[in-house]
Amino acid sequence: MTMVYDEALDRFEPVLGLETHVELGTKSKMFCGCKTAFGAPPNTQVCPTCLALPGALPVANAMAIESTIRIGLALNCSIAEWCRFARKNYFYPDMPKNYQISQYDEPLCFDGYLDVEVGGETVRIEIERVHLEEDTGKSTHVGGATGRIHGADYSIVDYNRAGIPLVEIVTKPIPGTDRLAPEVAKAYVTELREIMRSLGVSDVRMEEGSLRCDVNVSLMPRGSSEWGTRTETKNVNSLRSVERAVRSEIERQAAVLAEGGKIVQETRHFHEDTGTTTSGRSKEEAQDYRYFPEPDLVPIAPDTAWVAELKAGLPELPSVRRKRLQAEWGLSDLDMQAMHNADAFDLVEATVAAGAPAADARKWWMGELARRANETGVPLADLPITPAQIARVTELVASGALNDKLAREVLEGVLAGEGTPDEVVETRGLQIVSDEGELLAIIDQVLADNADAAEKVRSGKIAAAGALVGGVMRASKGKADAARARQLILEKLGVSE
Amino acid sequence: MSLIRKTAAELGAMIAAGDVSAVEVAEAHLDRMAEVEPKVKAFLHVDREVTLEQARAVDARLRAGEKLGPLAGVPIAHKDIFSTHDMPTTAASKILEGWRPPYDATVTKRLREAGLVFLGKTNLDEFAMGSSTENSAYHPTHNPWDLTKVPGGSSGGSSAAVAAYEAPLSTGTDTGGSIRQPAAVTGIVGMKPTYGGSSRYGIIAFASSLDTPGPFARNVLDAALLHEAFSGHDPMDSTSVDAPVPSVVEAAKSPDIAGMRIGVVKEFSGEGYQAGVLARYNEVVKLLESLGATVVEVSCPSFTTALPAYYLIAPSECSSNLARFDAMRYGLRVGDDGTRSAEEVMALTRAAGFGPEVKRRIMLGTYALSSGYYDAYYGQAQKVRTLIARDFEAAYQQVDVLVSPTTPTTAFAIGERADDPMAMYLADLCTIPSNLAGNAAMSVPCGLADEDGLPVGLQIMAPVLADDRCYRVGAAVEKALESRWGGPLLKEAPSL
Repeated sequence: MTMVYDEALDRFEPVLGLETHVELGTKSKMFCGCKTAFGAPPNTQVCPTCLALPGALPVANAMAIESTIRIGLALNCSIAEWCRFARKNYFYPDMPKNYQISQYDEPLCFDGYLDVEVGGETVRIEIERVHLEEDTGKSTHVGGATGRIHGADYSIVDYNRAGIPLVEIVTKPIPGTDRLAPEVAKAYVTELREIMRSLGVSDVRMEEGSLRCDVNVSLMPRGSSEWGTRTETKNVNSLRSVERAVRSEIERQAAVLAEGGKIVQETRHFHEDTGTTTSGRSKEEAQDYRYFPEPDLVPIAPDTAWVAELKAGLPELPSVRRKRLQAEWGLSDLDMQAMHNADAFDLVEATVAAGAPAADARKWWMGELARRANETGVPLADLPITPAQIARVTELVASGALNDKLAREVLEGVLAGEGTPDEVVETRGLQIVSDEGELLAIIDQVLADNADAAEKVRSGKIAAAGALVGGVMRASKGKADAARARQLILEKLGVSE
Repeated sequence: MSLIRKTAAELGAMIAAGDVSAVEVAEAHLDRMAEVEPKVKAFLHVDREVTLEQARAVDARLRAGEKLGPLAGVPIAHKDIFSTHDMPTTAASKILEGWRPPYDATVTKRLREAGLVFLGKTNLDEFAMGSSTENSAYHPTHNPWDLTKVPGGSSGGSSAAVAAYEAPLSTGTDTGGSIRQPAAVTGIVGMKPTYGGSSRYGIIAFASSLDTPGPFARNVLDAALLHEAFSGHDPMDSTSVDAPVPSVVEAAKSPDIAGMRIGVVKEFSGEGYQAGVLARYNEVVKLLESLGATVVEVSCPSFTTALPAYYLIAPSECSSNLARFDAMRYGLRVGDDGTRSAEEVMALTRAAGFGPEVKRRIMLGTYALSSGYYDAYYGQAQKVRTLIARDFEAAYQQVDVLVSPTTPTTAFAIGERADDPMAMYLADLCTIPSNLAGNAAMSVPCGLADEDGLPVGLQIMAPVLADDRCYRVGAAVEKALESRWGGPLLKEAPSL
């Protein structure tokens, strides 16, 4: 039972909260020297420490601490002068020690904010904390209906992921987003992802789980100032899902409240296929994690001068960069927004850097290539073509060696693995026919074959020239320069435009 | 004199000089073990062939001219809580029965590199929780002085093995007194180094902020040689101190305490202390004065709260440290018949695999860390810990070392305190403060109690990274007493 979104928003105001986990792209794990490569055969990137063999001890990864501080700085946080790791105790087979080394009341970074743009407005999302912890192993539950541990026939665990550094970024409650709540949530996660990328700390691939988001939603009746009970939705694995999960949870909660029901504080699971959430573990039966300071590790006390150095060394942040590029490229807000949504900024920028005009770079990435990416289900950046190759194609078009149609064929050849643009032009024979003699011979043939059309043109019906140009293009298999062909046809027939 | 009666330093020198091979020394000790083990039961695991193979390898290294340390070829027994890749490591628990670690602890790794030969793994209270070695899941160990008595604990197998001349050296761990107390009640030397001075990597954890590996030996110099051989910074242990090892061997060779200031801890004597223990202790305090030290009484009022604080901190940490024993990756697995969930198998395994004292401490610790109780228990205990450290600091403003009896009583009878945890916990009354503050502390023999003829230990406590002071004072006491006794205290022990 749900209420339609608009009606829900007429009666209730949502309050959001977002907890985002980012797997850091460090070479080794958080507390041992094991590799962190994604997709390695199960249980091949493990050692006594990340398998929690008796007697093994953790040693904190300095690069992970540095990355976390840089994330905190990029999110305008204060950096703790002294803080500790803490043990979060609970039993679960994919957590080898049966406690997770995390941080509790002493996070590394705290009290920051992130501004996001939604519908032309800037919304400030306050950051409560950014802390560092370790990931768990990955359980696969085999058999049973739900794919979850209850009801499964058996479960297998891959500990390769156990101990990969994980940064948790927690927002303060976000009131006042009103109808824009789903968009704000999505914009926040999108912006966060951009920041991680610009910092180079993570590959932030939601589909591989290197960026995971839990969405907290509560509703309060309009005019009330007392926040309602919140739910925490997990398993939100794409940017689109972030938006859908917020929307769906608003609709569900509104229906419950409208009927006089109570929202249960619980964990809910988002289902990609239905776009709805279902109840998970109730917080009432939630565990007591018995946090206490991790005695196997020494406190982290980042040197103030070092933190200042890290701050000075931060890259240009994505929002600043977007404003700069928009001014440089002279593109519209709409174009910028579209590129942002399509993850095309880096690609367009690199293409421009390789010598292409901004408009052309945008046109290819957002047009032909976006379409290809969409069709094949591959992220734009993973298409087997480089910005430099796109720049080369635009150069060939600008020089008149290719027209748009041929350029598309060149791209197709590059994507098919046939080599560089120049190689594809060569092997497919895609140069524009620029030999005037060859072109004139084709024109003569076309005029002879289309005497009627030629006569019409001669008599002043210049519009009929289009058919003749088309004939030339067909006869040349698209290699002719259409504009030149038209010019020559008109000259031959003794008319001018 | 037979090889087993030699000191470790003597054996090392003889082996280095080629007077005897590491194999011959190992065989002599293995033979002694075969002879007395049925009575002492100090070991959980012995594999003659593995030991002899190690000895042969050391002989080969020496023949090849490899420069090894002063203990090369000397045999050693390890508390069965140090990971050894070629011997099982069980922490005397059923939950790890037969477990063979794929790696060595830093301590055992360093000793292997230094050419020591491993005789086997010694008994302990399960997961080092206890003061008598009766909490071993396998069998109790007997005190070589009186087989009806306990050898102390938790490192009772290691203390008994050295006292029974089965091994010249052994390793132990000291979380609340688990080296010093067994050393005291078996008449040998036991040292708890500064916390962080010796690596914990590869030692099965009981209470991480307290656990400290340390040496057992029959004399102060041997203890120092062993201490030096395995200590020093270890990048695998974050709590390891990045500082040079205090010059303990040099100190052990300098038994001169003239001008040293020695503080007698006021709170550790009087009611509750056995008369024979106090008599020997008071004599040794006078002896220290006669050797030229200035002895003053020092009050450390917070030391009386150390025991309850310890019994909150250690169980809290152990409740978390022992969570990894869940039947999923190694060790015992109970109830996995295809019908039960992972959670049920975990619960059944832990119920079957842990002994009663381990369960008691896991429950205590789980409770103390629970939401709503944390501040009152764990938080409060940490504050007490700070107060104890301050008492030590204040005391060390006045004196160079502190002394006290190591234990309130001599060795008690096997079974005597088994059903009374509180009485058992009191055995660590004097040793716990040093663990809570991370200081160095040693026990050296100071005679036999008149009423039972059993050994009494003197505890010498020193500031963090001043371990050498323990050795200097210990060596002075040892020298003076041995000249009075006409030899080591152990020659008074009944023959086995």
